[in-house]
Amino acid sequence: MVHWTAEEKQLISSVWAKVDVAECGAEALARLLIVYPWTQRFFADFGNLSSPTAIIGNPKVRAHGKKVLTSFGEAIKNLDAIKATYTKLSELHCEKLHVDPENFRLLGDILIIVLASHFTKDFTPACQFAWQKLVSVVAHALARKYH
Amino acid sequence: MLTAEDKKLIQHIWEKVQGHQEDFGAEALQRMFATYPQTKTYFPHFDLSKGSDQVRGHGKKVVNALGNAVKSLDNLSQALSELSNLHAYNLRVDPSCFALQLLSQSFQVVLASHLGKEYTPEVHAAFDKFLSAVAAVLAEKYR
Repeated sequence: MVHWTAEEKQLISSVWAKVDVAECGAEALARLLIVYPWTQRFFADFGNLSSPTAIIGNPKVRAHGKKVLTSFGEAIKNLDAIKATYTKLSELHCEKLHVDPENFRLLGDILIIVLASHFTKDFTPACQFAWQKLVSVVAHALARKYH
Repeated sequence: MLTAEDKKLIQHIWEKVQGHQEDFGAEALQRMFATYPQTKTYFPHFDLSKGSDQVRGHGKKVVNALGNAVKSLDNLSQALSELSNLHAYNLRVDPSCFALQLLSQSFQVVLASHLGKEYTPEVHAAFDKFLSAVAAVLAEKYR
């Protein structure tokens, strides 16, 4: 089980309280598709992904980004039971979606950069540490049921 | 790998780093040591406490080297040749340390947190590519 210090929990929730889930989620997913274009392979039916502008404005990307980040919110509500929270999603990503778990790490790193650009100097090294730990735990939980 | 547009974006963003090399370098290293403690194993001879002169000095060195790379985007291999030798034969830093995300991520977080919205998705993509290219050159002679 993951151990979270009181400080880490506080840093995670205080940042989360200020996150616009729809905006941040959309931006994180868009950046994933822009910075690592091979990730577009999972979204062939999303329509126009031909340029950064198209990707950022794409309504399916925005909606899916929001969905993904909303799910992160579940992890944050259940920091002490993240593995359990993601059991079904892990099976889904393996059995139906066939997503290489490396992509979870990429998205996690992108999310950190999005948070840094939104919160600028408030995204302190301590914040970064707590959040990098969180994205890594989520990525691990999502990969856990792979077979 | 790096398109003409990428190169323009990289050079443009680098102008914002001018004058802040030491600060950005020190902060990137500080964030990297804090977030990825395994990276500290390469600096047992350093004082890694906050504000350490050694970390500031090293951060400045790293950012200046990146600055040289920015000036030679058309020929990274040659520009970084000596550093490539150094990393392969002396330092032998595990290539995934910089080849993958660790220092690149830390440096990008510094840029994003200082530049805010200016660190657009396009700039982010170009810079990520640039740092990957630098890392690949530094790891070229490993074996």
